[in-house]
Amino acid sequence: MSLFNPMERKYLTTDLLIIGGGTAGCYAAITAARQARDLRILIAEKANIKRSGCLAAGVNALNAYITEGQTVRDYLEFVRWDAEKIIRDDLVLSMAEGFNETAADLERMGLVILKDERGKYVTRGRQNIKINGENIKPLLAAEVGRYGNIEVLNHVNITDYLTAEGRVFGAVGFGVEEEIEYGISARAVLIATGGAAGLYRPNNPGFSRHKMWYPPFNTGAGYAMGIRAGAEMTSFEMRFVAQRCKDTIAPTGTIALGVGAREVNARGEIYEKQYGLSTSGRAYGTTNETYEGRGPCYLRTKGITSEQDEELLRAYLNMAPAQTLKWIESGRLPSEQNVEIEGTEPYIVGGHTGSGYWVDTRRRTTLANLYAAGDVSGGAPKKFVTGALAEGAIAAETILSDIKNIPPAEEAVVRARAEKVFLDYERRLSDAPQEPYDVFAIEEAMQKVMDEYAGGIKTAYRYNAGQLALADSSIDRLIVLAEGLTGPDMDTLVHIYELRERLTVCKVLIAHLCARKETRWPGFAVHTDHPQLSGDYECYVNSKWLDGHLEVFTRPLVREGAYEHTY
Amino acid sequence: MSIHIDRDKCIRCGACREICPGNLIGRTTDGTAYLRHPEECWGCASCLKECRHEAIFYFLGADIGGQGSRMQTNREGDLTHWIISSPGREPFTITVDRRESNKY
Ligand SMILES: Cc1cc2nc3c(=O)[nH]c(=O)nc-3n(C[C@H](O)[C@H](O)[C@H](O)COP(=O)(O)OP(=O)(O)OC[C@H]3O[C@@H](n4cnc5c(N)ncnc54)[C@H](O)[C@@H]3O)c2cc1C
Ligand code: SF4
Ligand code: SF4
Repeated sequence: MSLFNPMERKYLTTDLLIIGGGTAGCYAAITAARQARDLRILIAEKANIKRSGCLAAGVNALNAYITEGQTVRDYLEFVRWDAEKIIRDDLVLSMAEGFNETAADLERMGLVILKDERGKYVTRGRQNIKINGENIKPLLAAEVGRYGNIEVLNHVNITDYLTAEGRVFGAVGFGVEEEIEYGISARAVLIATGGAAGLYRPNNPGFSRHKMWYPPFNTGAGYAMGIRAGAEMTSFEMRFVAQRCKDTIAPTGTIALGVGAREVNARGEIYEKQYGLSTSGRAYGTTNETYEGRGPCYLRTKGITSEQDEELLRAYLNMAPAQTLKWIESGRLPSEQNVEIEGTEPYIVGGHTGSGYWVDTRRRTTLANLYAAGDVSGGAPKKFVTGALAEGAIAAETILSDIKNIPPAEEAVVRARAEKVFLDYERRLSDAPQEPYDVFAIEEAMQKVMDEYAGGIKTAYRYNAGQLALADSSIDRLIVLAEGLTGPDMDTLVHIYELRERLTVCKVLIAHLCARKETRWPGFAVHTDHPQLSGDYECYVNSKWLDGHLEVFTRPLVREGAYEHTY
Repeated sequence: MSIHIDRDKCIRCGACREICPGNLIGRTTDGTAYLRHPEECWGCASCLKECRHEAIFYFLGADIGGQGSRMQTNREGDLTHWIISSPGREPFTITVDRRESNKY
């Protein structure tokens, strides 16, 4: 690229722009298209909706379903218990009301769901139903393709909203390979970019550094765009640490629930009961047993039958094929060796814990005309697949009722705002040598800082105020260095913007960790200055970027009824 | 964790490039697919399943216990055959039927 040959500029106009064609994004598009055949819907997706985001490899079950004898209220109480009370009742209830309908819709799209002889779904535990989830994403993408009013823009990385005075009217991005920059004007925008991985040094920091649980390509773009535009965020300090199979970082639920394997330490003692059975409790058990010298920890599979071996091999091929390969390659199947487990690096993911946009009951963010659904949206943990779909549907319905009153933005305003961002892309696309640091060097530095000072794997998820202060100043230093990064091609440009997103999320995350002066979810985070749970923090920690600084504050818990923003 | 693309088997159809969730697969000047950054592979196996020419194999990095085995897939309608070849052993095949749910 030279000064004489800037990127090609394209301006697009639509009614509803959906950023991120993952689980929630695709389903929001489908819901809106079914109800409003003349609405123009555009999905802007960084990869290809056929295999993008969390569902790319497949999933092993639908983890959120209201099974026979259970109610949405039971689900609410389960989530409240699991998250130690820091949830939004209104959001969890409205999402849970959609679980079964979205599961039935997936089945209509072709998802195979296991049924008993009476034609009823076979359940796994209290909230799960069994499926073949290998092709769940291609099925969703095929359904998107059935509606003529949905246009899909694959391979476009969105980096910024178009905003003015607290109102969003589109977004800006660029081709991940083609030198094209896009300015997209829309009456309503749904953000559905998922959560953020790769903030902390991962379990396998070397060659297999991307062998992580959460998709390494979900880099927190939606959070970062919202933060920079002044949207209110909630519960970033409620990080998610997953308990996973060692090395392959494959989910463990299929083993634990499927063959009833218990968690044991190196001495063979079952420890799970000691720490409680919540998600955080389980994660804490494994971390603490190891920390105190009783590791490694395992899921005790030795002695299962050969049929169980075979089922596990197949089930993992449908969602985490590395684990099946590992069993075969080692020459010992799970019946012959226990499965070693470990905690992952912390992720920010509103589909498992509560981090994300602060939304009203109808999934409106605090920025006008911007809506959020799925892992990017906060306050409603334990969404899983069906919850992300349900939130996509709720957001789509809200948009359909709001959009009549949203006028399109003026073209001159769109162009002026977009151009500012384009100039940044053009500045960064350069053949100049990347010295002395390239984007990978700064990413590694960020992960080291977060690991050591903001409660990563290295410290067994522990931190104190002094360490957080060091983390904060180091992230500030890296933000400055990242501003100067340039790269010779679009692929490097994607990496540069992903790094910028992660640094923004880290900055907010650190501020939230500082603000919650207690330890509520010991499996996810231990504040060593305040190692106990405190009644004073039965509230949300929220934040907002205002006039160049981050304001962090608390809000009282929202219980039932509808919650509306008051500006 | 990563994949390897066999230059000689690749027919340059671009299917793997199109669907990699991390946009990790590039194209050499002659159109052959190649993995840009092997360390960035998530190991989702999407490219493997998409390639109908068995040009891609999947392996575990040495840092996560790999022993040099290669995993490939071969599709026949709803059936996916996963073929694992380990040094010094007969290939091992597991067949998964898309129409059948996981039992666990
Ligand atoms: C490995 C794994 C296994 C899981 N297994 C199960 C399971 O068995 N059962 C279950 O119920 N739940 C499971 N979950 C949880 C569930 O899959 C997620 O909660 C849900 O899919 C999240 O949906 P989402 O739409 O928020 O995110 P995603 O589906 O990840 O969608 C986000 C999309 O945004 C795109 N994107 C990101 N950044 C940008 C950008 N800057 N510009 C444009 N596009 C962008 C991404 O490419 C992606 O397509 C699993 C999750 C993971 C990660
Ligand atoms: S899908 Fe297979 S044949 Fe096609 S480009 Fe990729 S590696 Fe080559
Ligand atoms: S395994 Fe997945 S992440 Fe790795 S190259 Fe293939 S499609 Fe991309």
